[in-house]
Amino acid sequence: MSTDVSVRNSVPRRPTSKAGPALHHGKYTFVVSFLLVPVGIYGLFVVSPYLQAIYISLTDWTGLTGGQTFVGLANYARLLDDEQFLIALRNNGILVVVVPAVTVLLGLFLASMLNVGRRGRSGVEGVRGSAVYRVVYFFPMVLSVAIIGVLFKYVFAPTQAGGILNGLLRAVGLDGWAQPWLGDPDFAFWIVLLVMIWSFVGFYVVLFSAAMQSIPKEIYEAALLDGAGRFMTFRQVTLPLVWDTVQVGWVYLAIQAMDAFALVHIMLGIGGGPSRSGDVLGLALYRSAFNSYRFGYASAIGVVLLLLTLVVAAVFMRVARRERVELS
Amino acid sequence: MTRIPSGWSRRTFLRSALATGALVVPGSGVLVGCATSGGGQEQTEGEVSDDNPLGVPTDSPLEIYIFNGGFGDKYATDVHEPMYKEKYPNAEIKHKAEVDIAGALQSRFVAGNPPDFVNNSGDGQIPLGQLVSDKQLYSLADLFDAPSWDDPSKKVRDTLVPGAVEEGTFGDTPYALHLALTIYGLWYNKALFDQHGWTPPTTWAEMTDLCKEIKGAGIAPWTYQGVHARYMTWPLLTMAAKHAGEDVLKAIDNLEEGAWAHEAIKESANALAGLKRSGFILEGTEGMDHIQAQGAWCEGKAAFVPCGSWLESEQVDVTPEGFEFAFMPEPVLSEDSALPKETLRATAGEPYVVPAAAKNPRGGLEYMRIMLSKEGARGFTEEVSSLTVVQGAADGLQLKPGLTSAQDALKTAGDNVINWRYQTWYQSMWNPGINAHIGDLLAGRMSVDEFSTACEAEAKKIRDDDSITKYTR
Repeated sequence: MSTDVSVRNSVPRRPTSKAGPALHHGKYTFVVSFLLVPVGIYGLFVVSPYLQAIYISLTDWTGLTGGQTFVGLANYARLLDDEQFLIALRNNGILVVVVPAVTVLLGLFLASMLNVGRRGRSGVEGVRGSAVYRVVYFFPMVLSVAIIGVLFKYVFAPTQAGGILNGLLRAVGLDGWAQPWLGDPDFAFWIVLLVMIWSFVGFYVVLFSAAMQSIPKEIYEAALLDGAGRFMTFRQVTLPLVWDTVQVGWVYLAIQAMDAFALVHIMLGIGGGPSRSGDVLGLALYRSAFNSYRFGYASAIGVVLLLLTLVVAAVFMRVARRERVELS
Repeated sequence: MTRIPSGWSRRTFLRSALATGALVVPGSGVLVGCATSGGGQEQTEGEVSDDNPLGVPTDSPLEIYIFNGGFGDKYATDVHEPMYKEKYPNAEIKHKAEVDIAGALQSRFVAGNPPDFVNNSGDGQIPLGQLVSDKQLYSLADLFDAPSWDDPSKKVRDTLVPGAVEEGTFGDTPYALHLALTIYGLWYNKALFDQHGWTPPTTWAEMTDLCKEIKGAGIAPWTYQGVHARYMTWPLLTMAAKHAGEDVLKAIDNLEEGAWAHEAIKESANALAGLKRSGFILEGTEGMDHIQAQGAWCEGKAAFVPCGSWLESEQVDVTPEGFEFAFMPEPVLSEDSALPKETLRATAGEPYVVPAAAKNPRGGLEYMRIMLSKEGARGFTEEVSSLTVVQGAADGLQLKPGLTSAQDALKTAGDNVINWRYQTWYQSMWNPGINAHIGDLLAGRMSVDEFSTACEAEAKKIRDDDSITKYTR
């Protein structure tokens, strides 16, 4: 290993480097001794499970035996014929596009209202009561996904089961709008999506707020003097100056939205809801593994999910790339 | 202070770190053992004698896993384990109660060191079919052929109700013992029916007439477990079998082509779908779960609900004062039905298994023989309010009203007890497969023909899948 590294390092990457081989040698011992333990742990608990999962996806392992047969790409070929997998794939596609877009837009809107939404006596400031809102928006972040799922299951429950939304609709005379929401394939998945956005948006409001607070007030005053309206100020001043944060949030959201397992499992059940229309990859994976005991097939879904997440993260990072605005 | 020289940039740093990781990885598998590597352990056996017909090693420990769910684990610690301990005082009993059986035991099956006795039940149940085809279970043939605990002249299998051994048999070998006897049918509140002067219908025509009356009284005639619509496959198949005979069920179990397109299945499906068309189903049922739907039924919002005989225990916390659980078999679709009106579905439930790689499998079998003794079965019924597969074990016991009514119906049915196996053999075909389709049928999103085609497709999926072991009956 040491030869490998020293060979690689002997290629002069920086012509200014003057360090001699002797010094290099001591440095490696130092660095390697510090790295060995964390990298070892990382390899053991992160890299090795990935590699094992990839291997398992090429076998017919049921998850109950000590042995398994190598079946090549049979599990992947089977995926293409699995309608339920395709439904799950489609839903993940919808999630990864809609959830980040809506969450970022809502987050930006609410954060700008909280921080720069009002033209007060002292120039640009947040709307009245913004300190309270800031705390309230963060509430969903404090609740665990399980609680959110159960909570909203009751919000969207049918009237006869005490559904809160249906109760409200009836109270204001909109009886015709009352639905067995989670029992209807036209609504079930979209309700989960809505709940997901609800649970995510508070965090991004706080994140964007922090970024907005670091924008110097002078810039807003200048924009104000130049006669920029609220929307213009947002587009020309706020957005470019928080773009770095938006980019981070965007990528992170895309990865988060690929999951959705817990919410779908709790709100729609293990089958993926009415007509199985709300299925997602995470749930399909869980079902294959712990319902049908086909760990090989489940691992194949997992590998697909991993690849998709990597691709999505890469694409989102590229799309959001933009010239950096320096503040100072 | 350490100055990082430019030759050691962050990039090269990470790169070598990655190389180190790649080197560590192959070794790590050896260190912890891969997820897929197995092992084994030695089995002990004792001397076979008249007093010890199963050859139990009298001083070997016995490790027991009980599913700690609706039945709890007191029946094991208070009834069966003391009985074992009394007979084998030198044997240590290692009792474990577990909510998630698969979570606790999957890795032990893989590693080849499973416990000696497992109550494989609950949400974390490991599908029996899968365990059998992976050869993870110990044959129970010796147990059922052994002399029974109470009467050595009678084999264990002869002390059980018909169908009890078959329920756990895969191919020719019994692999699971099902102790609880579950009776399936329709449930109603007798107090409510008496108050309105309604009598439980025995034919579907009577059912529709009564539904009109119930609806007129401002109550929804039916509800079902909503998103878990698979509960409705029980009346569906029972009514079809009563209408055209048990061959309908055999065809389904044997995955025969066209089994789900049988006229009787379609007629039965049509009758159930008709409940929705006539507005006889509690509004919003399709969006409820079993807790919400059964809760609404207990509150008197609906008159009938399909379920097994665990319903009374399950609802115990939400049952209002004056509510009287009562059971009735599903009505027959026509007067000239193949099986009599009293016919009902009863199955042996709550599976117990002995793992093939257990250290003390004979002890596991003996423990089962104790459960199947009169005393063991009575204790079970007393602790958990469920009947057992042991004939006559509950005689003279004071049971809850719902359970009494189900037991009476079972007695009236006599030999006319039916059951099907595809649910156990091919679990995923039933749920989530057919569960989704019957949900669509009952919500009015699917026609009867579409439903039968969709179920045929589920059967075909299993039939065409070489990786699934098939069984026939």
